[in-house]
Amino acid sequence: MKFFIPLAAFGALVALLLFGLGNDPKAIPSPFIGQPAPAFSLPRLYKPDQKISTDDMKGQVWVLNLWASWCVSCRAEHKVLSRLIAETKVPTIGLNYKDYGTEDYGEEALQWLATLGNPYYAVAVDTKGMAGIDWGVVGVPETFVMDKKGIVRYKFTGPVYDAAVEDVLIPLINKLRKEEG
Amino acid sequence: MNILVKSLMRSIILSAFALIMSHSFAVQIEFHNFENKQQEQLYLQLVAELRCVKCQNQNLAESNAELARDMRDKAYEMIIKGAKREDVVSYMTARYGDFVLYNPPFKAKTLLLWIGPPIFLFLSLFMLFKLIRGQKNQPKESLSEADRNSVRELLTSNSKK
Repeated sequence: MKFFIPLAAFGALVALLLFGLGNDPKAIPSPFIGQPAPAFSLPRLYKPDQKISTDDMKGQVWVLNLWASWCVSCRAEHKVLSRLIAETKVPTIGLNYKDYGTEDYGEEALQWLATLGNPYYAVAVDTKGMAGIDWGVVGVPETFVMDKKGIVRYKFTGPVYDAAVEDVLIPLINKLRKEEG
Repeated sequence: MNILVKSLMRSIILSAFALIMSHSFAVQIEFHNFENKQQEQLYLQLVAELRCVKCQNQNLAESNAELARDMRDKAYEMIIKGAKREDVVSYMTARYGDFVLYNPPFKAKTLLLWIGPPIFLFLSLFMLFKLIRGQKNQPKESLSEADRNSVRELLTSNSKK
């Protein structure tokens, strides 16, 4: 009994620290899940005189992917994301977050897409990063899935990888498509 | 050397040094103009209380992260337009959750955060008092006469050498 209390306390501490070790401090719970997608209306990268807005996406399941040409992990996820879009045909807006040369609408971003391929339905240019803040950006890349009603249903922080696409994103998109609009 | 020339040279070197220093720091400094003292006060209070989500153990005022700068600018912009403290806080929490607050509200979700530390304090104080009182009641072990003699012998034999 004399040793039981300290031992139990130690055990509890170890359990707590082990639990903390498994937690990702960068994964900040998003307050947007279940909320309407934050609205934006931004110039399009390929047609700067036209705008793309969240309203344009109403009535369908769609994806928002935050990226930038200076972002190394965006380069890493590009192939995986492209495969997701090709397989599901889900319309995806690429939110080009604070890219270089955005004064003249994204020289670097255009080059990046020309080299790696453009999987996006449309690319929105967010020069000042204010739309990014509206979406609670912490660090690019970030990927959101919206349902037909325009409600944010899922957020993926960081570069998407094959297992996440297979196990989470594709099943989710298929499930949301079956829901009433 | 004339003392006047000496002090003149020193001031030239010092001001050159100050000039170089001010130049290298100028990159980091942001200037905000406020209409009144209250707005400035509010801004300073908010950037100290809001947390940088990118570099998580710093507040907005301390952080050099680009995101922190954007969030500072946003807070400034809102304050200039006449936003109250609650407006800025709710704007930030709507986007980043309670996580963004270094001074989170007291509610069910943050209960442990608020009452955890006092509970641990009282628990450890309780344990400490228990330990001290336990020590008081322990029997005092005294040396036997034989032990005393052998100690005395050892001490004196050592000092003679």
